[in-house]
Amino acid sequence: MRSASEDEVADPVGVRWPELGVALLLMALGILVITDSNRVGTGWGDDGPRAGYFPFYIGLSLLLSSGWVAVRQLLRWGVHERFAERGQLRSVWAILWPMAIYVGLIFPLGIYVASALLIAWFMLRHGKHAVALTVAVALGVPLFFFVVFERWFLVALPKGPLETLLGF
Amino acid sequence: MDELQNLFHGFGVAATLPNLGFMLIGITLGVLIGVLPGLGGANGVAILLPLTFSMNPTSAIIMLSCIYWGALFGGAITSILFNIPGEPWSVATTFDGYPMAQQGRAAQALTAAFTSSFVGAMFAVLLITFTAPLLAKFALEFGPAEFFAVQLLTFSSFVGMSKEPPAKTIAAMMLGFALAAVGMDTVTGQLRMTYGVPELLKGFGFLIAVIGLFGIGEILLTMEEGLAFKGKSARIDFKVVWRTWGELITHWRLFLRSTAVGCWMGITPGGATPASFMSYGMARRMSRDPQSFGKGRIEGVVAPETAAHAAGTSALLPMLTLGIPGSPTAAVLLGGLLIWGLQPGPMLFIEQKEFVWGLIASMYIGNIVGLIVVLTTVPWWAAILRIPFSIIGPVIIVICAIGAYTVNNSMFDVVMMLVFGVMGYLFKKLKYPLAPMVLALVLGDMAEASFRQAMLISQGSMSIFWSNPLVGSIAGLAIAMLVWPLWGAAKSLARQRELRMGR
Repeated sequence: MRSASEDEVADPVGVRWPELGVALLLMALGILVITDSNRVGTGWGDDGPRAGYFPFYIGLSLLLSSGWVAVRQLLRWGVHERFAERGQLRSVWAILWPMAIYVGLIFPLGIYVASALLIAWFMLRHGKHAVALTVAVALGVPLFFFVVFERWFLVALPKGPLETLLGF
Repeated sequence: MDELQNLFHGFGVAATLPNLGFMLIGITLGVLIGVLPGLGGANGVAILLPLTFSMNPTSAIIMLSCIYWGALFGGAITSILFNIPGEPWSVATTFDGYPMAQQGRAAQALTAAFTSSFVGAMFAVLLITFTAPLLAKFALEFGPAEFFAVQLLTFSSFVGMSKEPPAKTIAAMMLGFALAAVGMDTVTGQLRMTYGVPELLKGFGFLIAVIGLFGIGEILLTMEEGLAFKGKSARIDFKVVWRTWGELITHWRLFLRSTAVGCWMGITPGGATPASFMSYGMARRMSRDPQSFGKGRIEGVVAPETAAHAAGTSALLPMLTLGIPGSPTAAVLLGGLLIWGLQPGPMLFIEQKEFVWGLIASMYIGNIVGLIVVLTTVPWWAAILRIPFSIIGPVIIVICAIGAYTVNNSMFDVVMMLVFGVMGYLFKKLKYPLAPMVLALVLGDMAEASFRQAMLISQGSMSIFWSNPLVGSIAGLAIAMLVWPLWGAAKSLARQRELRMGR
């Protein structure tokens, strides 16, 4: 799918697809900014510049500059440059998806339980640490933050059923 | 000597016992942040900013700026002992610092690095002490047009000076401005670019962006490099410190040159990272023996560290006097000032004398405290680095998530942090610069407001930007910076053509 030539040993992922993708995304954002500025008015109102006056040019510059990046990339499509090794992307992915699930789990479970799960999963899966150490760190770190935030600074963080059960 | 009197008054403000305590906490946290991968000056301050909302602004900024000094110091430790730059501005320190550590001269390298940081910062603070009041007095004459011109100059100098492709610099910057414009327009009260999403009414918090871009993005990059910490341990005893200081004095010219580079890059928004590289390059070029650089020369540690610290410190000069930060971390501190209800800019020096001079005095004390702290506690920091990334990594993610949540008590922000994190990773990999984007996000509203006010005064005519010599020269300089890359492109095009003609 991505541009990697089969004969290379290191098996790198080419830079051209990510480059084009990001440029296209920025262009789309630029178009969003321009259309919305048109909606609120880009001209001169009774009381001075309307709300879209400044953002319109911002959107336009964003569209033009990212368009330039996209066109340049298309013009030199045949040139192969390395974005990252496939193995490197795999390890990025290995931390990215647990992170996404972690953020998703904060909604139902609260931040403390979710944090404990994230740390435990990571230590067991990637660090291959002993279970005792894993449990100690995974429970100790959230507990420390609980004391610092809920008790010391009196900042309420998202809590879930476990905290409710314990009466917080 | 009005400044000296004000400064002494400032020392009275800063040197109270609670404030000294905050300094110590700030420096320690800062070194920790500087040592850990994924946490840096900008996002470290961003994460801790919400905790200071209830403190009085003077103590809060003293603590936060000390975190910044600490992070500047801390970056050197990982560079020298582990060959891992904890911060982007200490990359150049690894070139000669790590070879020195390998040769068993770690203590000497660390002493040189800390001392250079200290000297660089001290010169920058002196510069701030004596030029800030003058600059502020000068800036009092500024109207909206002048302010917008200065902001334009800030942003065009990113385009003109950054190593990244100009189109990408502009794109990143414009993205920052666009994100800043989301939400309610302060003048007309209209909603902009919210597309019916209620969470967007407040707009995008720049603190969230900073935590995501620099924190989560950095974690992803660290994962990609697959770091395993294998480093030298270090203890510094005072005989080595004395000997190294004796040696350093002979390099006073190098110190002065590096400080000058650093201060210049810090005031103009070049920032600490390019300053450190530039200073290292200059030291090598001007040395009698350039070949020995990269193999453990003490000058190779002194030059980048002095410049980075001088730049990091002097970045606060335009922030305080003009309300324009010279670095991402200064931008976060500026955001803090706004949240505490202080308007950065020339009026600060008149209305908030106590605050300003307390801060400036704390820079002197904070750097002295910092030097003592890092010299005495190096072994502990080195020990922290031996904790495997499989433990540190998830803990840092948790810290980032908590930091993002506490800004507005909103889970939407935590999700956005993740989005910004992925964006930060992609942007870093594709060489979009992050600093102009963060600066645009912070300054967006201010720049728009001054632009609109200027337009109101002139009834929509752009000629206000060259209506008097002051605004005209600033705007002219800005335009020159903006077209600077074109000049470079034209030159290389001409050279190519010449080559082809020659063949």
